[in-house]
Amino acid sequence: MKLHINGTVRDVEEPGDTPLLWVLRDELGLVGTKFGCGMAQCGACTVHLDGKPTRSCVLPAASVGDRHVTTIEGLSKDGPHAVQKAWLEADVVQCGYCQSGQLMTAAALIEAKPDPTDNDIDAAMSGNVCRCGTYQRVREAIHLAAKIRKGAAK
Amino acid sequence: MRHGLFVTSALAAVAAVTFGSLVSCGGPPASSTPPVPTREQGLAAWGTINTVLQHPRCRNCHPSGDAPLQGDDSRPHVMNVQRGPEGEGRIGEQCTACHGPANPPASYGEHTPPGEAKPWHMPPPDMKMVIVGMAPGPLCEQVKDPSRNGHKDMKALREHWDDPLVTWGWNPGLGRAPVPIPHDQLVAAFETWSAAGAPCPQ
Repeated sequence: MKLHINGTVRDVEEPGDTPLLWVLRDELGLVGTKFGCGMAQCGACTVHLDGKPTRSCVLPAASVGDRHVTTIEGLSKDGPHAVQKAWLEADVVQCGYCQSGQLMTAAALIEAKPDPTDNDIDAAMSGNVCRCGTYQRVREAIHLAAKIRKGAAK
Repeated sequence: MRHGLFVTSALAAVAAVTFGSLVSCGGPPASSTPPVPTREQGLAAWGTINTVLQHPRCRNCHPSGDAPLQGDDSRPHVMNVQRGPEGEGRIGEQCTACHGPANPPASYGEHTPPGEAKPWHMPPPDMKMVIVGMAPGPLCEQVKDPSRNGHKDMKALREHWDDPLVTWGWNPGLGRAPVPIPHDQLVAAFETWSAAGAPCPQ
């Protein structure tokens, strides 16, 4: 099957019922997307499907069809994305395992809501679990990312 | 109004019986129109519909609040999932983030989110169509009220039973009880209820 991944069409040999996550990690070597729970409950495997956060661990690869997949590796084509810059500045990461999923959801949030409130952030990020408890820094970084994004747009 | 419907139904039933007698005497060909169900038959049919609506596969997406329910015990959905402005969840946590275009293969195991080709969603906030906590009478009145049922007339209500997100209830994937009343039995009950004038219990 052919999949649109990070702006490129990729040939995939895995059976169609293989979760997209394992196609990304094992066949295509895109290991930035993480396996957490395997049942769409933690958010570590979040990628974008046509720009919307989607759990790749429970999505059979054949279900993707012509939709465009974006992983953490393809989040930005020209240097770090606003959320990645903000994450570094706010020093969000502790162990880091959940962070690519957090970043993918955060990027989709500020794309849809350029100036999110605390409530918007809490709502959007409720499905991304962080065992280190970096939630306060995630919230701070998303506010910062929104400012960076607005600054870049000027 | 309801009394009038009942009288009309009774007259129609008498006419049908009389007409049938004529046929047996070599009169005109028999009509295929079935006898109009009685109010009692209509109420019994509503009972079947009510049982289906109150099954977790139906009620879990029709809660009284804004959080969907999940599981055969109708517990609040994990991850603080909410209805959102359009009934599709909130930005970053939309229903389709986890509920894909089909139930996951059985090899994925239990406790994975079910899916359907029609995108997963709840009723919108301005038309919540609550089922949870509704007694049979008020629920019945709500179901037949276009201002509260998503602007559906009886024809549209009948078609709703064939909506992919509704028929999913009979094919809910691993680890979830399907609706126990067969789909064709539900449809027959609806048609009986509708033909009886859609009576509601008091």
